[in-house]
Amino acid sequence: MPTRSEADSKALLAAHGVAFPPEHKVATAEDAVAAAADLGFPVVVKLGGDRIAHKTERGLVRLSLGDADAVRQAAEDLLGAARPEDGEVHLLVAPMLQGNRELIAGLHRDEQFGMTVMLGVGGILAEAVADVTFRLVPISPVEAAEMIDDLATQALLGPFRGEPAVDRSALAEVLLGLSRAAEADPTIVAADLNPLLVVDGRPLAVDALVEVAS
Amino acid sequence: MTRHPDDAFRALFEPRGVVVAGVSTHPGKFGFVSLHNILASGYAGVLYGTAREAGEVLGVPVLDSVDALPDGEIDLVFVCTPAAANPDLLRACAAKGIRAAFIASAGYGEAGEEGQQMQADLVALADELGMLVAGPNGQGVVSPPARLCAQIVAPYPPEGRIGIASQSGNFISSFMNYAVQTGVGVSRAVSAGNAAHVSIPDYLDFYASDDATAVALAYVEGVPDGRAFFERTRAVAERKPLVLVKGGATAGGQRAAASHTGSLASDDRVFDGMCRQAGITRAATIEEAYEAAATFATQPLPRGPRTIVLTTAGGWGVVTADAIARSSLALATLPDDLRAALDEKLPPRWSRNNPVDLAGAETRDTIPEVMELIVGHPDVDAVIYLGLGIQSNQAALMRSGPFYPDHGLERIVDFHERQDARYARTAAELSERFDKPVLTATELAVTHPGNAGPAAVRETGRLCYPSANRAVTALDHLWRRARHLQARR
Repeated sequence: MPTRSEADSKALLAAHGVAFPPEHKVATAEDAVAAAADLGFPVVVKLGGDRIAHKTERGLVRLSLGDADAVRQAAEDLLGAARPEDGEVHLLVAPMLQGNRELIAGLHRDEQFGMTVMLGVGGILAEAVADVTFRLVPISPVEAAEMIDDLATQALLGPFRGEPAVDRSALAEVLLGLSRAAEADPTIVAADLNPLLVVDGRPLAVDALVEVAS
Repeated sequence: MTRHPDDAFRALFEPRGVVVAGVSTHPGKFGFVSLHNILASGYAGVLYGTAREAGEVLGVPVLDSVDALPDGEIDLVFVCTPAAANPDLLRACAAKGIRAAFIASAGYGEAGEEGQQMQADLVALADELGMLVAGPNGQGVVSPPARLCAQIVAPYPPEGRIGIASQSGNFISSFMNYAVQTGVGVSRAVSAGNAAHVSIPDYLDFYASDDATAVALAYVEGVPDGRAFFERTRAVAERKPLVLVKGGATAGGQRAAASHTGSLASDDRVFDGMCRQAGITRAATIEEAYEAAATFATQPLPRGPRTIVLTTAGGWGVVTADAIARSSLALATLPDDLRAALDEKLPPRWSRNNPVDLAGAETRDTIPEVMELIVGHPDVDAVIYLGLGIQSNQAALMRSGPFYPDHGLERIVDFHERQDARYARTAAELSERFDKPVLTATELAVTHPGNAGPAAVRETGRLCYPSANRAVTALDHLWRRARHLQARR
């Protein structure tokens, strides 16, 4: 199944109400520096493209870039790391967000029940911990709220290490946005918002990947 | 989206007359056992058999052809004849006005390609005849309101309000065995067999509109059309509690998937989410499912999660509080005015907290009075009562010991048994009066079912839970459903 680039994935889901942090899609290192100045330091710079599905594994994400020189250097390195098979590539410049908690949300087309929306506890242990819950698309606001209640690790959703409690209505909006996107666009077969970083209590998808039917 | 009209199900569950096709004189054959069971349950409608040779079996007239049956008096044919004979049989039955069939015969979808073709033909014939055809390859149909036990195995359960449909006949028996044991009875039970013409959701649709049924209970393995199953069971659960056990829950593992969401999407997690969304009460085991259904059938829904544990001894209360902490229920904070009211009734050594532990401080009227104060308090949503039958257990030992009835033993034995019966009745009466669940739990329900306490619970029509943990699990299911309904008001 073909995947969409991170930028296109975000645009697709944002159109249905999933909130993303502001970011810039640029072509050159100089434009990346200008974008970083606009967003304010520190920033993240990533290499994007329709055929690049797993950036982290390939080292195509540069975090915590604190000044213009660091951004320029990272941007040049990333453009240099592009492979011919990646096709057209671009740079994504986004604010470096901080949060101690990571959630994961997404869409999955189940063989038996059709399209589903998922919410789980994220981070590197997500699959081992598997504190996740599913519903069939479409979901109602009540069902979105119940998905949040389903998570076993409720302590993670309350006030945590000096950060406020997770904004449950904002989190429900993310789930409802995913559900609306799946309903509106039947070509979507899967989507990941991973991680869904909790920044000052607000869940923000700092990465997105949408898979579409070929 | 009901596939079959309700009156077709009434022909199956409340037939005016029944014919057993393929009656046998051999007491080991289905064609004998099914006739026997129909008679043994006291079925009062018209009853016939058919066989190759006309005659009489168990006093029932046996004809050599369906054509010889009276017209328009029989609603249900119970089919024990070989699969190959059934198309002609069903045509002849339809001509006699028979509107429902239960096919116990094997040799259909479970029996290779040829059987699958016969099953497809059977469905087409059923539609052509406008006949409800249950099975094939099923164990039977039971309907205590009609005193009907048309099945090839035992038991015949007491009448009650649980409607059962199962993809496995064995679990029909298991659920009904629990009904026999506990006294919390059954309205309808049907083994779907291969579910060729009538599926589990079809039966559940009928239960949703069936006045005899208060709660539906189902066992499923595969769900062929997941979306339709979801839509239909959700519509059922909007009207009545629907308790479900799914076999093969762990069979579908996680798949390799490109997306992280996909790799987290095991069959069971998706199924579980579907159940929560549909408002289905999903139980992990057969006994948990039965006890949940029995609780829905006999207790009111709680209005909230605040639960009080009333116990005559400490350890039980502690363990029950632990179980509540692991559930969606809340161990209620004992309201100050309730504590003060209980202080009036109890000596100072009681727990003065929830669990309300009487610490052996009860005299003649303590338990009914304390229970009334607790159940009646507006900040209490549910009560679990522990310690019933302990004195009657002592009474049983006294009665069977060498000193009975002398030394005042007869009098004290009688007193203990009257008291325990009274406590059980009080729990049921208060539950009804205040419209709150009050669950009574003691292992005596299974270790000494004749004990005056559990026996009296049974007489109230309610379930005496075999342990506090199982009472908590059942009450947790009630609260989850109440919460589901409240969120959608």
